[in-house]
Amino acid sequence: MKALMFGWEFPPHVFGGLATASYGLTKGMSQQSDMEIKLVIPKPFGDEDTSFLQIIGANTIPVVWKDPSWDEVNHKIGNIMHPDYYYHLRNHIRYDFRRIGTNELGCINFASGYPKNLLEEISNYEAAASVIAHAGDFDIIHSHDWLTYPAGIFAKQISGKPLVIHVHATDFDRSRGNVNPDVYAIERRGMDMSDHIITVSDLTRRTVIEKYGQPEHKVTTVHNAVYPMEDRDQYKKIERKDKIVTFLGRITMQKGPEYFVEAAHRVLERTKDVRFVMAGSGDMMNKMIHLAATRNIADKFHFTGFLRGKQVTEMLAQSDVYIMPSVSEPFGISPLEAMQVGTPTIVSKQSGCAEILNNAIKIDYWDIDAMADAIYSIVKYPAMYKSLREGGRDEVDRITWEAAGLKVRAIYDKILG
Amino acid sequence: MKSICLYFQLHQPLQLKRYRFFEIGADHYYYDDYTNEEILRRLVNECYIPANNTLLDMIKTSGCKFKVAFSISGTMLEQLEFHAPEVIDSFKELAQTGCVEFLGETYAHSLCSIYDEDEFKQQVKKHSEKIESLFGKKPTVFRNTEMIYSDEIGEQISKLGFKGMLTEGAKHILGWKSPNYLYAHPYCKNFKLMTRNFKLSDDISLRFSNWNWDQYPLTAEKYISWISSTPDTEEIISIGMSYNSIGILNNGYSGIFDFLKALPYHALMNKVGFSTPSEIMDKKKASDVITCSFPISWADEEKDLSAWVGNDLQHEALQKLYAVGERVRLCTDKALQYDWLHLQSSDHFYYMCTKHFSTGAPAHYSPYESPYEAFMNYMNILSDFLQRVDEQYPTSIENEELNALLKTINNQGSRIVELETEIKKLKKNATKKTEKK
Repeated sequence: MKALMFGWEFPPHVFGGLATASYGLTKGMSQQSDMEIKLVIPKPFGDEDTSFLQIIGANTIPVVWKDPSWDEVNHKIGNIMHPDYYYHLRNHIRYDFRRIGTNELGCINFASGYPKNLLEEISNYEAAASVIAHAGDFDIIHSHDWLTYPAGIFAKQISGKPLVIHVHATDFDRSRGNVNPDVYAIERRGMDMSDHIITVSDLTRRTVIEKYGQPEHKVTTVHNAVYPMEDRDQYKKIERKDKIVTFLGRITMQKGPEYFVEAAHRVLERTKDVRFVMAGSGDMMNKMIHLAATRNIADKFHFTGFLRGKQVTEMLAQSDVYIMPSVSEPFGISPLEAMQVGTPTIVSKQSGCAEILNNAIKIDYWDIDAMADAIYSIVKYPAMYKSLREGGRDEVDRITWEAAGLKVRAIYDKILG
Repeated sequence: MKSICLYFQLHQPLQLKRYRFFEIGADHYYYDDYTNEEILRRLVNECYIPANNTLLDMIKTSGCKFKVAFSISGTMLEQLEFHAPEVIDSFKELAQTGCVEFLGETYAHSLCSIYDEDEFKQQVKKHSEKIESLFGKKPTVFRNTEMIYSDEIGEQISKLGFKGMLTEGAKHILGWKSPNYLYAHPYCKNFKLMTRNFKLSDDISLRFSNWNWDQYPLTAEKYISWISSTPDTEEIISIGMSYNSIGILNNGYSGIFDFLKALPYHALMNKVGFSTPSEIMDKKKASDVITCSFPISWADEEKDLSAWVGNDLQHEALQKLYAVGERVRLCTDKALQYDWLHLQSSDHFYYMCTKHFSTGAPAHYSPYESPYEAFMNYMNILSDFLQRVDEQYPTSIENEELNALLKTINNQGSRIVELETEIKKLKKNATKKTEKK
């Protein structure tokens, strides 16, 4: 079985949750012996782990016929793509894309991440996809998130192979209901044109069915998982006098940071030996600093700014409580990562991961009292901390990407008949 | 002749209200009155009243051949007295037929038999007194909370004057033995044990209205034929269940009431009688002894205590609660005593059970969304309760010292009188002496 996947980001260059999920799923699926995955992403950096899949940079796919020498190709993109493959793909240019600005190799220069001209990038990505689709050699197309739906559709139209789209989030999650019509149109078209839709939680599945008018039988939930952290034992929790309660993520409307501040205020009214940390950055950060000051808890409430890589894990491991009060979260992998390092976790019921977790406290994002109560219980009652720590770790160890990969494979098998 | 020994258990805990940590120290009322009344109303209307009427009818039409036993927790009796006195009257009427026996229980349906020996004794006594005051007869056979039993508990109960105890016919205790015999305690030789036939009990309580069961529908005829087809030497069929199996777990439309009504006829036709536990223990001799070094219960497949004391949450809650047992017993504060009993109800710990996480079995009935939430709420309430206990007497004083001080205070009246008479005597002597001079 050969799958052609369209993705947008891939570790170690992480812009959002999509990278982690793409990595986990492809690695999980690669455990199946007959599975071959080609993953197209706009701009690989060359330091990605390609041991279990083939990564194709859309910025190395020729869309306009140019005739560079072998050495020139090797020099310019050799770290990402073999020059022979470049020539192979060049033979499959069927359309005239000269309207798009290309470099001397006939490739499009993609920016990485989420630049301002995102819609233009999406349509350029579509052009790159057409060349790959003409080159063929795959059984099924799998598009990750709305940015890659147009590419997936184009590839399907060219090759006639079935298209699976993977909904990691919808615009309803990102905007608290005020959807961007352009984004909605792309998402809707992707879902309508697909042969099957995979959602990361039942919550997202309901959104897809209700808000995007998809038939129930076409939508299947495959919950995300988390990769075992090999070095987790190196993170030793340092005993402190004050307990640490952590919020970690983008400080935006979607993540519900204001509820965290209010809950902190509730807890600090009763007990003094707790500190609250808001890690991350975002457009609501200044507002939150202001709110903490207004509530008169600034001496116990700390901001770290944006954390990356190991800092994130270190922060999670040093915390006594991790909390994710998201207003709407399609899945949310970070609670699983917190549980992996043994940190008791509180998640909102509006998060997809709440559907599969037993050893976590679940609260409504707006229920500040319940949130405060849960925080208080974990820091005050040792049995609560211990049960959640041990139970959570064991539970997360049983949630594997291999299992998720098998579910995706079952969907492939079903649509390929 | 075979006899069926049928007994029902009645208990309903007072459900705790949503109690947040910022209420600790400010709010000392812990119960969800609305829910509690609602639950009790439903139990009374759908189970207790119709079931009591059915049983009374069965006793009368069978010419007192039908017999039944009840174990009702003290806290349940209190709730009934308060909210539904008509049920108490109906039980009194049943008691008057002489075909109904009331069994001993722990007053608060608590786990004190495992955690607090003194509390256990006190609750058993308190419960016996309650039963005697309501139904005119002291219980002589004991049935512990959740049928928890071990050799040690049996010994304690024997010392309290009971002649026997009902317990679970757990396979790991009985081994190859059948539950349908009377057994004895290994070293209190006169103390008898009746083991519940859980297969036949669950046929009614759990499977009666299960459409997927291959024996569905269960008729009285079929049920009695199973009983009469057991070997002739197996004379005691002990069938016990929660009373709400009649009318709630199996609702009125399932035909459970008609099933019950038809039981005596088919039983007597097949020469199967009915007895109360104390009749059996008086008449029959024990066939063998059974030893039980670790406590068993009637719960789940495991028949052990793991549903109540199986995880860290339950362990911590119970430890914290029973740590103050001695102190609470020294208090005379009525409200504190009341809460002490209600907080002990085994159900609160059952809600904290996490067994179903790993087995994938369906979660037990619980008013909480998760065991963690049950624990949080309980611990908040318990924290407030412990604060109140501390306020009664400062923690700096040891229990023994406190006891001595309390004794002094309580006896001060008589001591003053004693001293006064002595003063009078001395004064008299003194005046006499001066007179002599």
